[in-house]
Amino acid sequence: MQPLSNLIAEGERLMVICNACRYCEGYCAVFPAMERRLNFSETDLNYLANLCHNCAECYYSCQYAPPHEFAVNVPQVFAQIRARSYQNYAWPGFVRVGAWWAVTAGIIVAAWLAGARSAAGANFYAVISHEAMVATFAFVSAFILAAYVAGFLRFWRESGESLARFFQPSTLLQAARDALWLKNLDSHGVGCTYPNQQHSQARRRFHHCTFYGFLLCLASTTVAAAYHSIFGWQAPHAYFSVPVVLGTLGGIGLLIGPVGLYWLKRRRDTAIVDIKQDSMDMSFLALLFLTSLTGLLLLALRETTAMGTLLRIHLGIVLGLFLTLPYGKFVHGIYRSAALVRSVLEASRGKD
Amino acid sequence: MGEQTIEADVVVVGGGNAALCAALVARESGVSVTVLESAPVEYRGGNSRHTRNMRCMHETPTNVLTDAYIEDEYFSDLLRVTEGNTAENLARLVIRDSPQAIQWMKSYGVRFQPSLEGTLHLSRTNAFFLGGGKALMNAYYAAAHQRGIRVLYNAEVTELHIRDGKFKSGRLLLNGQPAEFRAKALVAASGGFESNLEWLEEVWGEAARNFIIRGTPYNKGKLIKLLMGQGAESVGDPKQCHAVAVDGRAPKFDGGIVTRLDCLPLGIVVNKRAERFYDEGQDLWPKRYAIWGRLVAEQADQIAWSIIDSKVMGRFMPSVFPPIPAASIRDLALALALPAQDLEATVREFNLAVRPGRFDHQILDDCRTEGLNPPKSHWAQAIDLAPFYGYPLRPGITFTYLGVKVNERAEVQGLGSRTNVFAAGEIMAGNVVGKGYLAGLGMTIGVVFGRIAGREAARAAAQ
Ligand SMILES: Cc1cc2nc3c(=O)[nH]c(=O)nc-3n(C[C@H](O)[C@H](O)[C@H](O)COP(=O)(O)OP(=O)(O)OC[C@H]3O[C@@H](n4cnc5c(N)ncnc54)[C@H](O)[C@@H]3O)c2cc1C
Ligand code: SF4
Ligand code: SF4
Repeated sequence: MQPLSNLIAEGERLMVICNACRYCEGYCAVFPAMERRLNFSETDLNYLANLCHNCAECYYSCQYAPPHEFAVNVPQVFAQIRARSYQNYAWPGFVRVGAWWAVTAGIIVAAWLAGARSAAGANFYAVISHEAMVATFAFVSAFILAAYVAGFLRFWRESGESLARFFQPSTLLQAARDALWLKNLDSHGVGCTYPNQQHSQARRRFHHCTFYGFLLCLASTTVAAAYHSIFGWQAPHAYFSVPVVLGTLGGIGLLIGPVGLYWLKRRRDTAIVDIKQDSMDMSFLALLFLTSLTGLLLLALRETTAMGTLLRIHLGIVLGLFLTLPYGKFVHGIYRSAALVRSVLEASRGKD
Repeated sequence: MGEQTIEADVVVVGGGNAALCAALVARESGVSVTVLESAPVEYRGGNSRHTRNMRCMHETPTNVLTDAYIEDEYFSDLLRVTEGNTAENLARLVIRDSPQAIQWMKSYGVRFQPSLEGTLHLSRTNAFFLGGGKALMNAYYAAAHQRGIRVLYNAEVTELHIRDGKFKSGRLLLNGQPAEFRAKALVAASGGFESNLEWLEEVWGEAARNFIIRGTPYNKGKLIKLLMGQGAESVGDPKQCHAVAVDGRAPKFDGGIVTRLDCLPLGIVVNKRAERFYDEGQDLWPKRYAIWGRLVAEQADQIAWSIIDSKVMGRFMPSVFPPIPAASIRDLALALALPAQDLEATVREFNLAVRPGRFDHQILDDCRTEGLNPPKSHWAQAIDLAPFYGYPLRPGITFTYLGVKVNERAEVQGLGSRTNVFAAGEIMAGNVVGKGYLAGLGMTIGVVFGRIAGREAARAAAQ
C-alpha cells in the first residue's frame, strides 16, 4: 500500500479538481457531499470514500481521466482510501484473518465440540448439543456485534454529528432505502458501469442475491432458535417449514450471488479498482458460497450417515465466516450505510 | 505493402458532437458510414468532450428544463449577443429543432440531468448532460459501434479532392501513414482552428504565444483551410475568438472547465504594472466573463492577476489551482512578482474610492467606487482583510469563429450547386453566431446541423 500521506494527498488533489468541475454531480451521493465542502481533510476523504460505491461512472465520463495529465481516477483512489479506513475504524485493531485459517479454526472447534459422536436421521443435536451450539455462536456473535458497534462509533465520531442524529427516523429511513435498494449502483435505472463501460444491472442484482440471501439465512436461524426456545420445537424441521424454506431460499441466493460477483470480478476493468483488495473480496465471496453450499448439502443429506461430518464442516465454515466478519469485506456495509446516513443528514441541512 | 484506401458511402470528418450526430443519422437510412477522427481513442470527442450543457427551446417545463424558454425569447437573446450577426433562417432552424434534438439524443442513450436534482444547476435555458460531454460522447460512440459505423482514430484528414462541387476522394494520415479515402458524400465536422498555434499567431501576432487553449489540441482548422481553398465561402470574423480569463497555471491544451476563474468581479484585476485596467463589476458575471480573455490578451505579456481578500473567499466556484496567499499586500506583490509599491498604491487608491453599500454578489448591488478610473460599478469592497490572495490570469481560447457558409441543408456554399459536401458544428457555427456567444448554443448547433448534414449526406450518397 502507498504511504497514507500520499494517498490522502492524492484524494485531496482529485476532490479539488472535481469540485471545480462538478460534471458528475448527478451520478451518486459523493459529488453533492463534495460540493458541500471547500477543503478535504483525511476524515472528509474517509467519509467520501466510504460513500463511493465504486460504480465507475465518474471514471469513464471524466475528461481528465488518464492519460490526461490531471489523471483523475476517483473510484480507484477512493477504493484505496476505503481499504485504509477499514483499518482505522476496526476494533480492537485490524487483524487480517485469512479465510483458510478461519475455516480451519472453525472446523477444529466444531470437531472438538462434536467429539466422536455420530448420529443419523437428521438428529443434529446428537452430534453437537444444542447448548454447545448456542453458547459458541452466542459468544462469537456478541464479539462481532461489539466489534461492529465499536467500528461504527469510530466512524460516526469523525462526522461530528451526535448519535441522536443518526437515529433520526426520517434520515434513517431515507438512508436505509438508498442502501437496501443500492441506489448508488443504479444510476437512475440503467445500472452501473461495471464490469466495463457498458451500463449493466448485473452487479446490483448479484449483490442483492448475496445480501438478501444472507439476510434470509439469518432469518432462518433466528426463527429456528425461536422455535426451539419458545415453542420447544426442535430441529430437524420439515422441508416446508418456515426455517427450512427461508434457509433454502437464502442459500440459493448465497450460491448465485457470490458466483455472479466472482464472475463479474474476472471480467472487470482493473483500471477502476484497487486490485490489492482482491484477496479480501475473494475470501469473503468464497466463505459465503461455502456456507451456503455446505448448508444445502446438509439439508439434502441430513438423513444419511454423512450428516455428522457435514455438520462439522458446515458449522466450521460458518464459524470461520463469523471470525472474518469484523475484519474482512463485510465491514463495507457498516461504513457505507453510516456514510449514507451522514449524507442524507447533510443534504437535509444544506450547505455547512 | 500498398497504401490503404478507405471507402464508405458517407465519410464524416471529425469525432465530436456534430460528427457523431451526422454519422448516426446517416446510418439510420442504411448507407455505410465511416468516421475519421484525428485524435486517439482516449481523447476522442474534440471540444464536445469538455462541454456540460446545451441551450434548448421549450414551451412548458420538461423533466430536464424548468419553466419555459420560447422561440422568440431565444432568438432575441441571440440577436442581442450577436448584434444581428446571424442568419435568421438558420438560427430559427436551430432553435425550433432543439426540442426534437433532445428527444433524438435520448433515443441514442444520451442522458440528461433531471432539472429537480442538484441545487446548483436548476436550469431554465440549458439542459445538462448527465456526467458532462464525455459521457455524451461515450453514448454516441457506443451507439455508433452497435450500428456498424466504422470509426477510425488517429485519422487526420489532410487533403480533399473536390471537382465541380463534388467530393470524390481525399487523403489522410492514418496512424501516421498516408492513406486515401473515397466517399459519395462528405460531412465536415472538424471544429474550429483554436488549437492551431501558427494560425493563431498569424491572426493575433506574438501575443498568441501566451494563449491557453481550453480544449482539444486536435482542432487545427485543416478542413476550414482545405474547403476555403476549393472555393467555399467563409463566415465569421477570422480575427474573433471566444476567450475567457483562465488560471495562468493551466496546461497549454485541454485544461477544460476547471481552470476558469469566477473570482474576478469580487476583487480587482491588475496587469504587470500593478494597474487596474477595466471595470471588474460592470455587469453580472455570466454576461461578462467572456470579455476577460480579450482584456487580458491586450495587457503586456498577456498576463494579469485577480486580487481578492479573505472576505470573499468561498463566495465563488472553487477552481483547480489554489490561490497564492500572503499576509499583506506587499507580500502578495512579492509572491506574484509585481512591483510592490505600485500594487500597494493601486489597492490603497481603490479602497479609498469604495463607497458604502450592501454587498450582494448575486445581483447588481450598490457597492461601487467613486472618482476612480476605471471605476468598479458593483461589488466594490475594500481589499483590507488579510490574508490576501492572488490568481494569475491568461487568455483561454474556447473556440474560433471563422467557418464555412452553409444553407438550410447544411450544404457548403461556394463549391458548386448541389454539392455533396456538408458541414456541421463549430466549423459552420459562425452562420448562426457571427459574433458574441450564448452559453450552450455550440452544442445545439452541432446536434441540429449534425442531423441535417447526416440526413442530406445519406440522401446524396444514395443518388
Ligand atoms: C472547456 C469548454 C467548455 C465548453 N462548454 C460548452 C457547453 O457547456 N455547451 C456548449 O454548447 N458548448 C460548449 N463549448 C463549446 C463546444 O465545445 C463546441 O461548440 C462544440 O464542441 C463543437 O462541436 P463540434 O463537433 O463541431 O467540434 P468538436 O467537438 O471540437 O470536434 C471536432 C473534431 O474534429 C476532429 N478533427 C479536427 N481536425 C480534423 C482532421 N483534419 N481530420 C480528422 N478529424 C479532425 C477533432 O479531433 C475533434 O474530434 C465548450 C468548449 C470548451 C473548450
Ligand atoms: S470525475 Fe472528472 S468529470 Fe467527474 S467531477 Fe471529477 S473531474 Fe469532473
Ligand atoms: S465511482 Fe460511482 S459512486 Fe464512486 S464517486 Fe464515482 S460515480 Fe460516485
